Amino acid sequence: MSAQPITILMADDDEDDRLLAKDAFAESRLANDLRFVEDGVELFDYLRRQGKYADPSASPRPGVILLDLNMPRKDGREVLAELKADPQLRRIPVVVLTTSRAEWDIVRSYDLGASSYIVKPVTFAGLVDVVQRLGRYWIEIVELPTPTDASADRRQT
Amino acid sequence: MRGPVTILVADDDAEAHALAREAFRAHAVRFVAGAGELLRYLRREGPHAASPRPGLILLDLQLPGEEGCAALRALKADPQLRAIPVVVLAGEACGEADVLRAYDLGAASCVTRPGSAAGLGEVLCAVGRYWLDVVELPR
Repeated sequence: MSAQPITILMADDDEDDRLLAKDAFAESRLANDLRFVEDGVELFDYLRRQGKYADPSASPRPGVILLDLNMPRKDGREVLAELKADPQLRRIPVVVLTTSRAEWDIVRSYDLGASSYIVKPVTFAGLVDVVQRLGRYWIEIVELPTPTDASADRRQT
Repeated sequence: MRGPVTILVADDDAEAHALAREAFRAHAVRFVAGAGELLRYLRREGPHAASPRPGLILLDLQLPGEEGCAALRALKADPQLRAIPVVVLAGEACGEADVLRAYDLGAASCVTRPGSAAGLGEVLCAVGRYWLDVVELPR
């Protein structure tokens, strides 16, 4: 099965965590386009192409979203509820990547429509390992939904 | 690193059952043959009264007719069951529209079900390496 050249969009408010994720992706040799937003409000600006994301080249459709649960302004639970209620966005798989191990957070995230729940490893080596396995699964094994907003994704060739 | 998980496989092919048993050998694998039995299992009806709740469901989308999609829709509409992640196995004949539909209906992910036994065995192992070693499943 060939690797899909998807964009991976990560929503995380912690700058250190974003940098670590970036390094872990590089370390895992995942060549995918990795983009970041800092909270749920910015995530929806990106997905709905508002504000600084109005230009489609600044906001390619993500194949997968990596979502932190605890973020200011709009947290991961609110994001899941809103995303999964939107007929255009609900099909994008959302992987929750968080420090919380609470059973309540796990069940609630799945209940809200998360595609997977992964506890963020505390060490960099652990993070690289998780990124590698997560990447291999979503990029090489899974059939992702093909973006349907053709107008927004039309390549200008 | 984690305890054994109950994996419920909804697939009517005996060869797939053997491959799933092998791929998930450290875990408890249960099988149902069709969509109706899947829902009866999950709702603990009839012979399934004492069945363990699965942490993960593998659903063959090519159960006869519309059964696979109907089962997915029913289980994602049920507040007691919707938190259980469902990995859809889409036959090689499934197209982009089927994949989209599976996600729209709430599939956690959609994987191509290869026609060959070797291919299917590999895919099931890859599913296991992700869902059973990396992911936290709902209890």
